[in-house]
Amino acid sequence: MMACGATLQLLAGCQGQLSTLHPAGPAAATIAEIWWIMLAGSVAILALVMGLLTAALLRRPDSPGEPERAGLWLWTLGLAFPLIVLAALTVYGLKIGERLLPREGPDVVTVTAEARQWAWSFGYADAPDLATEDILHIPAGRPVDVRITSLDVVHSFWVPRLAGKLDALPGHVNILRIEAPVPGTYAGQSAEFSGPGYLGHVFTVQAHDPAAWDQFLAEGAP
Amino acid sequence: MTTRPRGTALRLHRELKRIWSPDPRFRGWLTTNNNNDVGRLFLAVATLFFLIGGVLAMLIRAQLATPGSAFMGPEAYNQVFTMHGTVMMFLFAIPFFEALAVLLLPGMLGTRDLAFPRLGAFGLWVYIFGGSAVIVAMLMGLSPDGGWFMYPPLSSAAFSPGIGADVWLLGITSIEVSAIATAVEIVVTVLRYRAAGMSLSRMPIFAWYILVVAVMILTAFPPMILGSLLLETERAFGLPFFQVENGGDPLLWQHLFWLFGHPEVYIIFLPAAGMIATILPVMARTTLLGYGWVVASAVSLGVLSFGLWVHHMFTTGIPHLGLAFFSAASTLVAVPTSVMIFSWIGTLWKGRVRMELPMLWLLGFFATFVIGGLTGVMIAVVPFNWQVHDTHFVVAHLHYVLIGGYVFPMIAAIYYFQPLITGRFRFFRLGGIAFWLVVPAFHVTFLAVHLAGLLGQRRRIWTYDEGQGWELLNFIASVASFVMAIGFALVVLDIAINTLAGLRGRRNPWQATTLEWAAPIPSPTYGFASIPIIGSRYPLRDDPKLDLRIARGEGYLADTSRDRRETLIVSTAKGEPLQVAVLPMNSPLPILLALCTSASFLAPLIKAYWLSVVALIGVVILALIWAWTTAPRRTEGLVDAGHGRHLPVAAEGADPPGWWGSLFLLVADGVHFGALLFGYAFLWTVAPNWPPPAYLRPDLLPVALALAGAAALAAGPRLAAWREGHGPLLLSLLGCLALAAAAASIPLARPTPTAHAYDATLWLLAGHVGLHVTLSLIMLTYLGLRRLAGHPLRLGEARTFGLWADYTAGTGLVALAAAWLPGAFA
Repeated sequence: MMACGATLQLLAGCQGQLSTLHPAGPAAATIAEIWWIMLAGSVAILALVMGLLTAALLRRPDSPGEPERAGLWLWTLGLAFPLIVLAALTVYGLKIGERLLPREGPDVVTVTAEARQWAWSFGYADAPDLATEDILHIPAGRPVDVRITSLDVVHSFWVPRLAGKLDALPGHVNILRIEAPVPGTYAGQSAEFSGPGYLGHVFTVQAHDPAAWDQFLAEGAP
Repeated sequence: MTTRPRGTALRLHRELKRIWSPDPRFRGWLTTNNNNDVGRLFLAVATLFFLIGGVLAMLIRAQLATPGSAFMGPEAYNQVFTMHGTVMMFLFAIPFFEALAVLLLPGMLGTRDLAFPRLGAFGLWVYIFGGSAVIVAMLMGLSPDGGWFMYPPLSSAAFSPGIGADVWLLGITSIEVSAIATAVEIVVTVLRYRAAGMSLSRMPIFAWYILVVAVMILTAFPPMILGSLLLETERAFGLPFFQVENGGDPLLWQHLFWLFGHPEVYIIFLPAAGMIATILPVMARTTLLGYGWVVASAVSLGVLSFGLWVHHMFTTGIPHLGLAFFSAASTLVAVPTSVMIFSWIGTLWKGRVRMELPMLWLLGFFATFVIGGLTGVMIAVVPFNWQVHDTHFVVAHLHYVLIGGYVFPMIAAIYYFQPLITGRFRFFRLGGIAFWLVVPAFHVTFLAVHLAGLLGQRRRIWTYDEGQGWELLNFIASVASFVMAIGFALVVLDIAINTLAGLRGRRNPWQATTLEWAAPIPSPTYGFASIPIIGSRYPLRDDPKLDLRIARGEGYLADTSRDRRETLIVSTAKGEPLQVAVLPMNSPLPILLALCTSASFLAPLIKAYWLSVVALIGVVILALIWAWTTAPRRTEGLVDAGHGRHLPVAAEGADPPGWWGSLFLLVADGVHFGALLFGYAFLWTVAPNWPPPAYLRPDLLPVALALAGAAALAAGPRLAAWREGHGPLLLSLLGCLALAAAAASIPLARPTPTAHAYDATLWLLAGHVGLHVTLSLIMLTYLGLRRLAGHPLRLGEARTFGLWADYTAGTGLVALAAAWLPGAFA
């Protein structure tokens, strides 16, 4: 499966800064893993169904009085098979979803993200006077809760290599947990259509090592 | 059946043809209400919209073929993708299957026409007028540009000035009205208008599917209509339903939209599935495996589809427990689908398949739809959804489901039914080439689009930069999509050529076993020379000569001496002959009523509210003329239906067709009212400080007034059932007036609906009561005038009015209680 991933990355060109298949943070990595598992399972199911279909097409039953095998087709394949597969998948998906939720912790950092047409303003709980535009600064290696809201229309906060997306809704605050294990920059984009400037509604996440993070909190962006 | 002398068939054909034929020349197209004509027009117009939507799709793929394309700017692109989605969903997909249902359903059920032919014609014309208005606006550059799901506040007046969003809201709502009209017609037809002996378990499988779909339209479209009403009143008059600062909430729209939008997907898929279940067994020279299972799956799919709208909202910050419920429901919906798929493969297994063109397209369906179903299950997994939501992955998924699950089976259906609809058989063989262009090119296009989504390409961006690995994928998708478009064009061309110049042939070319193939080819306007009598699910298999016996008049209602359009009404469960329905003759009323209805919807676009009011008055007058002229002039008692049976005329029964139609229309109305109460409760619980405590006042007088009014209104029609005279009608009139006075308490107590979403919601509750009181008053006026003209009130009329009166009384009481009781407890 990893080989598949490598091929896709090759196809994706140099770096794929927005690729969900090139995860950097734990949440994105978990979801990429779900994808590869579901892809493998889907290919297997597709092969099974297409195989049965081909067999059914090629078959030439001799006598009209043959049994219909309704039990096999309807009870086993039609009902039991999807119920078992789907129950397993749903439980698996929910357990992982539970793991990705923002939870209390000693080293959780809280930041705010406020969207508008077509810019992002970020604020920092540890430095209330600090505000940045279109660049979100976070400490590397620590879980970060982003409190997301909007001033005008619906937007969505999405850094594909770190985590899934969460909507920015006027009048609501949604909390997304992200984490960048290593310092660096990660591309982010709004992912809810917001009018003519939607294409350019992007931002960057800058992850700092502990020293640089302390310096940022004390002095603001360099 | 009794035998009659030869020559009867020809005589019967001539007489029925005279009675059922449309007006001569062009006028015939405007005044016809025959299902054959209405269906063909419907089909042609829907195909035209498919071509328009296809051209829009090509514009999108041309724009995205290369990075940094200068072909379109964002303003044009936003209109193009919004219109592509809107045209394909509302102007093509739904009308196209309605067209096929209108055309084919009477034949399948063994009846001569649908239950309400004029309503069908009305639905057709509203669709044509509304759809044309949307297209004309597009050509003028005034299209909506906020995406086909129109999320506020982006679609609110502040962020979308101009009339684009209004075109969408008003145009699409008028088309939904048309869909509801057709749905009422379909439900009543399936339940009541069938061949003698066709019990529910003997119905052709497509009738089951389309029955489920029609009920779903009645229950899924009203929330959307309510949403459009809220958004349009916000845009036009400033009622702040979605404005946070005035107590509204933008999420309310998303709930209402997806309460419609998700069932909509199954509303589109199920008719196609019905076609598959009809065609596939014939192609395999056998019968459907597990008829009961398939019926149960269709019903459960219909029910489940209402429980998973939130899976379009997994990224809106809904608590994880809520997501868990909807995630489970979303995956569960794959189970009935799986039952259907395996029933069909099992059918092929037990039969001997012939590889005709319809079968080829059905194989295209399997290869595509199964993949779409699998990616659908992936998207139902919440964490994965967080990544791919609003990316091209979702775009690819929905095209797999809609093209694979709808367009391919519908093409199969067109090829399969072409002999019946046009009387022609395939002679030119473009169809095979077209298939091998469309299906492979489809997979190349949308597999590439899936991958682009995984690599982070958002949907609805008008262009993109190099360097994300998207260039090659988009280029491949665009090239393949053009190949696919050429293939679709060839399909349309192939069908058009064969319709004009194909071969003539004999009836039932596929050796099918269902009744529609017992009619001559092409199917005549009257459908069946006599109403068939059947004894199993496969009447043509039991009796290969059934077609001749029907033509010779050996079924019911072969007597043309009454010189009018008649068909049989049967009991819902058993299919026992019950009544004789008299169907209306050709008339310009449907197109005139549609003209007025459309004008009342579209006039607000140019702020001509006066025109809207004038058109509404026109609607009322035309509706009164419609009802008056279709009401029977005299009482007939029992009439001879053939086979020694004497049956009452439907209009003289206790449950005339109008009663059944009203019943299902009120189901839709009730869902609409329920959605309004849902919106009220939603804002109450979700919006902060709602309503502001100072707003809450105990006011029990309106509730008491409503209680008295509701009692009087509901008592009137009941009294009329056993008491002559003006008294009962006057009692209902008094009830109406009391309810109206109770409703007036809302605008009196809260005079500015624009101040707060609470005020706006109360005004809509009052509006609901006001509208239904007005409808009741119009009906009372009609019944009063009938009395004055010397027609005694019929039991059926009283009971039909009784339904409306009960509904008005019941919802009026609930509405006023919802408005004023919370204050009493505060």
